[in-house]
Amino acid sequence: MYAQMIKTAGTGVKSREEMTEQERAFQDKIDADIKIEPKDWMPDDYRATLIRQIGQHAHSEIVGQLPEGNWITRAPTLERKAILLAKVQDEAGHGLYLYCAAETLGVSRDEITEMLLDGRMKYSSIFNYPTLNWADIGAVGWLVDGAAIMNQVPLQRTSFGPYSRAMIRICKEESFHQRQGYDAIRKMAEGTPEQRRMAQDAMNRLWYPSLMMFGPSDKESVHSAQSMAWKIKINTNDELRQKFVDQTVPQAEYLGLSIPDPDLKWNEARGHYDYTDPDWSEFFDVIKGNGPCNVDRLAARNKAWDDGKWVRDGLLAHARKKRTRNLAAE
Amino acid sequence: MTRDEAILQFLLRMGDNTLILGHRVSEWCGHAPVLEEDIALANTALDLIGQTQMWLGLAGDIDGGKSADDLAFLRDAWDFRNVLLVEVPNGDFGRTLMRQFLFDAWHSIMLGRLMKSSDERVAAIAAKASKEVTYHLERSGDTVVGLGDGTEESHARMQEALDYLWPYVGEMFASDDVDAEMVAAGITPNPASLRAEYDALIMRVLSEATLTIPESRFAHKGGRDGRMHTEHLGHLLTQMQWLQRAYPGASW
Amino acid sequence: MNNEWPLWEIFIRGQHGMSHRHVGSLHAPDAEMAIKNARDVYTRRNEGVSIWVVEANNISASSPSDKGPLYEPSESKVYRHPTFFDIPDEVGAM
Repeated sequence: MYAQMIKTAGTGVKSREEMTEQERAFQDKIDADIKIEPKDWMPDDYRATLIRQIGQHAHSEIVGQLPEGNWITRAPTLERKAILLAKVQDEAGHGLYLYCAAETLGVSRDEITEMLLDGRMKYSSIFNYPTLNWADIGAVGWLVDGAAIMNQVPLQRTSFGPYSRAMIRICKEESFHQRQGYDAIRKMAEGTPEQRRMAQDAMNRLWYPSLMMFGPSDKESVHSAQSMAWKIKINTNDELRQKFVDQTVPQAEYLGLSIPDPDLKWNEARGHYDYTDPDWSEFFDVIKGNGPCNVDRLAARNKAWDDGKWVRDGLLAHARKKRTRNLAAE
Repeated sequence: MTRDEAILQFLLRMGDNTLILGHRVSEWCGHAPVLEEDIALANTALDLIGQTQMWLGLAGDIDGGKSADDLAFLRDAWDFRNVLLVEVPNGDFGRTLMRQFLFDAWHSIMLGRLMKSSDERVAAIAAKASKEVTYHLERSGDTVVGLGDGTEESHARMQEALDYLWPYVGEMFASDDVDAEMVAAGITPNPASLRAEYDALIMRVLSEATLTIPESRFAHKGGRDGRMHTEHLGHLLTQMQWLQRAYPGASW
Repeated sequence: MNNEWPLWEIFIRGQHGMSHRHVGSLHAPDAEMAIKNARDVYTRRNEGVSIWVVEANNISASSPSDKGPLYEPSESKVYRHPTFFDIPDEVGAM
């Protein structure tokens, strides 16, 4: 899940009696699955929460370019290089669609970018982990995109129109990401002993960080309940995590890779796999900025932004000159 | 030199140019000044990688059934035949785009001629690549104009980029025995014959960009015949070829 | 001065004969670059044959509160829809 620990604005779900007439009409629309569009009236808390959530989602796509981009110049074949480049490029596109959705709520691309760069807004914890061998590229596509898709597919039905439309477009493009990842790691798992070792190593390092992507349990959270009532959150974190584990275990078995959880086993009564929760203290460390790559990731984004300023200013200055010249000529 | 030896050299020159430039452009992925440029640069790199697969694929067929990957990942620097222009480091965004423009201009004219090649395999690759490169040139040309005629700072940076890259332009028009053989067979044009059209094209764009072409016609050479690459190529190859070299025989 | 690139709304005609459809937005310094950016951002998977770009602040939109007066009057004009009319089966397709 690319949006983690989003603090829902407000004080929790209001009863119908507590709502103003406007709020009741708003909630009725959501309950009837009518999309909320940018110019429609919406509660300030709904707007604020959506900006946080869409923003964090967008930032995750952009920062997420970095760990995979780390291997573009080392991809082992021309075809793998092209696939990886196309995939990382898609992430940039997804970030772009989401920033545009956030803009309809009144926050410009530059404003929201600055909030990432100065640390006011977060991105998914997963991208603070390094990609250390080529199998990581497969594992990121398979596990990380796999986990992201779990969350993104239901979000296509989210109540805010521009967000929903961005998610529909993203999901359409995303389907190739997980498949290319599985294909890449499968080649490794079926390859030489060294390649198998890389694949297992990637699995060992990325399994728990992937489970962390869904965020800590939020079954009891009042904030979560409000976001669900607004249909900007569709499932609980635990539901999605369980679904992800259930889907992934057989895929790992097919590859002959072991999941680094000795207590992982099928629970006949529940009809689900039992699994060990990730170490949440590590998760909170990463969120606070102490993950293995936090500093490098933000530094890379800041550098790109700062180094690019003269380019953005230059092209805009030219566009303005051209317009002035054209007006003068008319 | 036999016909096949000459055509192999020619194909390596085309394929190594797109391979090395595609690699350089791909280094920008995730680091460009604005998202829209990030995405556009990746498209350019993807086109160049695709063209590499075609040029080196054909070269490999002629070279005893090697694959494009064999040629890309298992040759050492002295066997590379790209011009020096494409292997110099990216520098800032301005230098990257200036290099792209200087190369695209040559590339588009060259592909236009190659579409009329007597070798239909060459003509077919050129026809496909030409459509892509027409767009590359439009985009890089517009960006060079925008930045050259932008702010004081962007103008200064673009002039600096042009001054730095200019000595690498001449090599694209050099010719040798390989070219003589190819011209005689009607497979390729004489590189020198592209120069007038090239000069007219870049003159038009660079003057719109308010940039000044350096007067010196001095040209660094040694890439397209492999006699002497820059120091930069070796570093690029150590990255690009690392996995294939460290784990020989593995399939990916 | 605000140096943020303006926002453009992008419309793409997917196949010959179809109308241009809104596909999303992007930033660009001017219309020419907006078209190029749209080509690079929104047609990566062969989606388009024609692109329109409109600077977002040039779009005038209807107000949501006008929804009633603007659209509801047409709800009562049921005779505009073909299913309003009964045509005997014997007559064949119409």
